[in-house]
Amino acid sequence: MDEEIDTRKINNSFLRDHNYATEADIISTVEFNPTGELLATGDKGGRVVVFQREQESKNQPHRRGEYNVYSTFQSHEPEFDYLKSLEIEEKINKIRWLPQQNAAYFLLSTNDKTVKLWKVSERDKRPEGYNLKDEEGRIRDPTTITALRILLQPMDLMVEATPRRVFSNAHTYHINSISVNSDYETYMSTDDLRINLWNLEITNRSFNIVDIKPANMEMLTEVITAAEFQPSQCNTFVYSSSKGSIRLCDMRASALCDNHSKLFEEPEDPSNRSFFSEIISSISDVKFSHSGRYLMTRDYLTVKVWDLNMESKPLETYQVHDYLRSKLCSLYENDCIFDKFECVWNGSDSVIMTGSYNNFFRMFDRNTKRDVTLEASRENSKPRAILKPRKVCVGGKRRKDEISVDSLDFSKKILHSAWHPSENIIAVAATNNLYIFQDKVN
Amino acid sequence: MFPKGTKRKFSDSGDEPAAGGEDVNQPSSVAVRMLSSYSLQRQSLLDMSLIKLQLCHMLVEPNLCRSVLIANTVRQIQEEMTQDGTWQIMTQALSAANAAAQCSADRLVATEVLCRQTEATQGEQVLKPFPAVGSEGCPAEEEVVVEEEGEGGVTMSTVSPQAPTSYLPGTFGMDPCWEEENGEDEEEDEDSEECGSGSEEGDSDRLVEDSRTAEQVFGTFEIKNPAPSPDPALEELFSDVDASYYDLDTVLTGMQSAPKMGPYDLLESLSSHGPSPLSSSTSCRSDLNELDHIMEIIVGS
Repeated sequence: MDEEIDTRKINNSFLRDHNYATEADIISTVEFNPTGELLATGDKGGRVVVFQREQESKNQPHRRGEYNVYSTFQSHEPEFDYLKSLEIEEKINKIRWLPQQNAAYFLLSTNDKTVKLWKVSERDKRPEGYNLKDEEGRIRDPTTITALRILLQPMDLMVEATPRRVFSNAHTYHINSISVNSDYETYMSTDDLRINLWNLEITNRSFNIVDIKPANMEMLTEVITAAEFQPSQCNTFVYSSSKGSIRLCDMRASALCDNHSKLFEEPEDPSNRSFFSEIISSISDVKFSHSGRYLMTRDYLTVKVWDLNMESKPLETYQVHDYLRSKLCSLYENDCIFDKFECVWNGSDSVIMTGSYNNFFRMFDRNTKRDVTLEASRENSKPRAILKPRKVCVGGKRRKDEISVDSLDFSKKILHSAWHPSENIIAVAATNNLYIFQDKVN
Repeated sequence: MFPKGTKRKFSDSGDEPAAGGEDVNQPSSVAVRMLSSYSLQRQSLLDMSLIKLQLCHMLVEPNLCRSVLIANTVRQIQEEMTQDGTWQIMTQALSAANAAAQCSADRLVATEVLCRQTEATQGEQVLKPFPAVGSEGCPAEEEVVVEEEGEGGVTMSTVSPQAPTSYLPGTFGMDPCWEEENGEDEEEDEDSEECGSGSEEGDSDRLVEDSRTAEQVFGTFEIKNPAPSPDPALEELFSDVDASYYDLDTVLTGMQSAPKMGPYDLLESLSSHGPSPLSSSTSCRSDLNELDHIMEIIVGS
């Protein structure tokens, strides 16, 4: 009996408890680049896949702007921290694109501990010889050659990804966010307790700008869950916490921004109080609107839009899946209550989108106040078919197309999604599948 | 507040106090039942949370956000239970049961390991597990239970009635030393005498650690972890090491490879646990005195 237990423990130490092959394909982040031409996904296996939108061609109008694989590379490898005897997962937590400044594309990708800057560039010529021979292949007289040049020959287009910078050893805790500053020179990386500011060119030094680690770790009750720079003011950023508050900080105020300039927090509704109140108030994602005037936050059951000028309560609150409120205990039991859903704005900041369970995702139109639930699954939608709105039946009689709360599949969750910066194209990650939906074009 | 779909581990026990009661007291028995239902659910939530804190992945660092949220939930439940007096009664009862159980040879490794003395003065008391299976070890406890039911349970509202004081690993300050205990007990499982002595040795270590606050589970992140070692001999080697070293093995680091009493045992003890109401304070008095006596001896050394 003892031996069995020991063996089991030893085996668990060296092998993952899941089937490695399928786990590695789970998509863990999705992001469009600033023009929308490229779409990057990161997965649990540390790989990044970049899709490129096809140029519209008059010959094939129906293939308007489809996304095809452009480049695939292994961004992070699994590591082992020997000091702590702990594995460092290679899962890509976030990808953020840099604005394009030349022919190459740059993106930042991060796992729990290390941020890397990758350059994705095309190569359609290859070096082949020097200018030492003339057109007929005869060797030229050396005295006529004034400069040595490499001759380039055309070749098949190749896309290569090269790591240009590795920003490591700056985080004790797990990195949950990265955000590129509007000055295009700096970016910040955020872990559970600290936020560090980096210069994109310098990898051996970073500046700590937020530190909420208590002197005595026993007193820890709150962690940082996400952070983002304001899109137009390079001195302003926000960070969200596990207690449901968002802090806006101004880097001009002091070097260490532990004191916030603004605190966005909604007082708790006493009628809804339960043991799970704090857990469901924990903010899983925070995003500035493109205009920079509004802030969107996602907690377990709702999405909220805040006006930067009003700290006392959100401007708008949208219920994502309120029918789960009565199931919180079960969701706590199966750990679903800790799922971190992301939220996104559309290009004009008029529609917001976030994911739910059963491969459902929800869109809310801020102007018309209408909302829709859609499903990302192969069975329910053929390519180029219009998505049918879905509905969850809460109680009483279930109509034909509705699905009851108890039938929801909680293992199929849409945590990550992205919206094209200017068009109505969305990318939705459903476990290990990526769905791209576009507005119908007549 | 709690969904109807919640698993009720002790659904029968909720009816017991009312069954023996008078019809005249119908309204109060309903109230009692509701209260006990709430307490039951709260208790099962506490159990669940404590298990979650322990069952961390072996090799990868556990998610700090999740751990903080669960710990906050546990703290919240504990505060509420302290406020309505349930906490004190429960820990007293458990310590009494434990004192009795310590002499039993049939004790499970699980319960042995989690036995610890508590400092009555502190608000936060470390919980002790109610012996899940080794009921032969505490006949006194069982008798009390029977009596309690017979009386109709008028006092049940103050005591967490038929509370599933199942398995409450003392994770407040879930401490590290219980890993060492595990190692020793694993080897000495068959030998009852050594079990007792093993626990006493461990007691002094535990007392040192118990004087720290419950939130020290978070201290783990500050200190480097040792390599997980399933070898009990190695555990013994490190038994004299400074207490803080063991922080590494507390629940939030997830370095659970060492404990012989792994998650499997926890679940087993939970599921096999039958309804066992708390004994009233009177029956614990004598046990508590004995306990104090033992404490003095140990602290004195």
